[in-house]
Amino acid sequence: MPDDGGRMQRLYRPDAHTRIVSNPDFYDKDIVSIRDMTRGQIESILDLSAKMVPYANGEKVARPLAGKIVGNLFFEPSTRTRLSFESAAHRLGADVIDVSQVSETSISKGETLADTIRMVDAYCDVIVLRHPHEGAARLAAKFSENPVINAGDGAGSHPTQTLLDLFTIKRAKGRIDGLNIALVGDLKYGRTVHSLADALTTFGANLTFVAPESLQMPEDIVKDLEERGCNPVVTSDLGGVIGGADVLYVTRIQRERFPDPSEYRKVAGTYRIDNAILREASKDMIVMHPLPRIDEIAPEVDGTPHAKYFEQAFNGIPVRMALLMAILGGEL
Amino acid sequence: MKEIRVAPIRNGTVIDHITAGQALNVLKILGVNEHSIDSTISVVIKVPSQKGMKWKDVVKLEDRELDPETVDKIALIAPNATIVIIRDYYVAEKYKVKLADKIVGLARCSNPHCITNMGEPVAPEFNVVSRDPLKLRCAYCDRKLTNISDNLL
Repeated sequence: MPDDGGRMQRLYRPDAHTRIVSNPDFYDKDIVSIRDMTRGQIESILDLSAKMVPYANGEKVARPLAGKIVGNLFFEPSTRTRLSFESAAHRLGADVIDVSQVSETSISKGETLADTIRMVDAYCDVIVLRHPHEGAARLAAKFSENPVINAGDGAGSHPTQTLLDLFTIKRAKGRIDGLNIALVGDLKYGRTVHSLADALTTFGANLTFVAPESLQMPEDIVKDLEERGCNPVVTSDLGGVIGGADVLYVTRIQRERFPDPSEYRKVAGTYRIDNAILREASKDMIVMHPLPRIDEIAPEVDGTPHAKYFEQAFNGIPVRMALLMAILGGEL
Repeated sequence: MKEIRVAPIRNGTVIDHITAGQALNVLKILGVNEHSIDSTISVVIKVPSQKGMKWKDVVKLEDRELDPETVDKIALIAPNATIVIIRDYYVAEKYKVKLADKIVGLARCSNPHCITNMGEPVAPEFNVVSRDPLKLRCAYCDRKLTNISDNLL
């Protein structure tokens, strides 16, 4: 969130009588990477997200962002992120324009992302960008006058996913500090787990990385976390971790990462969560997954109190509502 | 008796205290190739150093002084290098290369999927996260730059 040269002070006018006022730090700012946010700023978004829940599930109705336009610019297919941003915008009374097709047409004509962004910028008040190349959101933020929210850029950042993961953990466990959190599955290529590990370190969680050697957390990320005071346990043994875990964060192991299909089946089978393996877990251990799942979690787990992944998917709405509120200066 | 490996120069630049093994990369930065050599260049690789470093490389360029951008690039691969400008056999100027906090337009990102490698109208940009050992992080994709010498622009 770079310095805005006083734009915030000129434009942000909190009303003394409002009941829900968002953190002014976010007003008119870009959300590019979770690394740009302090712990206090993250906590303020999580607090605001909690206040958004009754509006997110339709229990309460309000239109604090009426007259605002959210521009969804998705260069890659997405279901949850795109729909939950749309839903979040509608729940707050904002309009949504989908400019993805326009951008695809322009790209096929050879237009740069910088030019596409400058065009889309003129059509809306905030841009939500999903792009296949890492660093695309930072570039977009540079060329856009209006704020940009990174909805995933290649294998890079996905800060709104990280925020909703943190929100889910906090709602389920009441805290994040000191929890034993095991990240399981594809930790090498998984977009969500890198930013999540970073943020969990900021919150002082104890991390365990459970993955086959070929899909283990990249060494430079582990080293970074160690430099920041986290000492993650790196293992391939899921069974040995479950008993002591407060949170099991499972990710999809992609078939295409394995040239040998039999090797894939072996690995995927080893990291499958079912009721048998959950017998080792403590009663209040929660299982999370960014979805879509293929067969990493057996459907029989869905009905257990451990399963939090559908709630996690819902949490995308209050968290994205909180961000839109904070960025666009909405008040309730 | 002190052995003189390379004779003193009358006018030009001595790039001293180059990280051992980086002299050939310094020549690459200087754009030295068979079509561009107008005057004598002496290269000494892996000689004992009296300062902190055990070994060093030295490059002497006759009749050439360096522009600031070239010096900035040298700082990327030889952060302890010293630039000595010689005029009429005397040391006219002597300074250590200095690495800025932000490196703009001197090297490309080593991540092939980084947006800065996709023909966008921006110069690659890196933040210096550590000076010794030198670690740079791309300001766009946030990845660490590996093989700096291979990625110099």
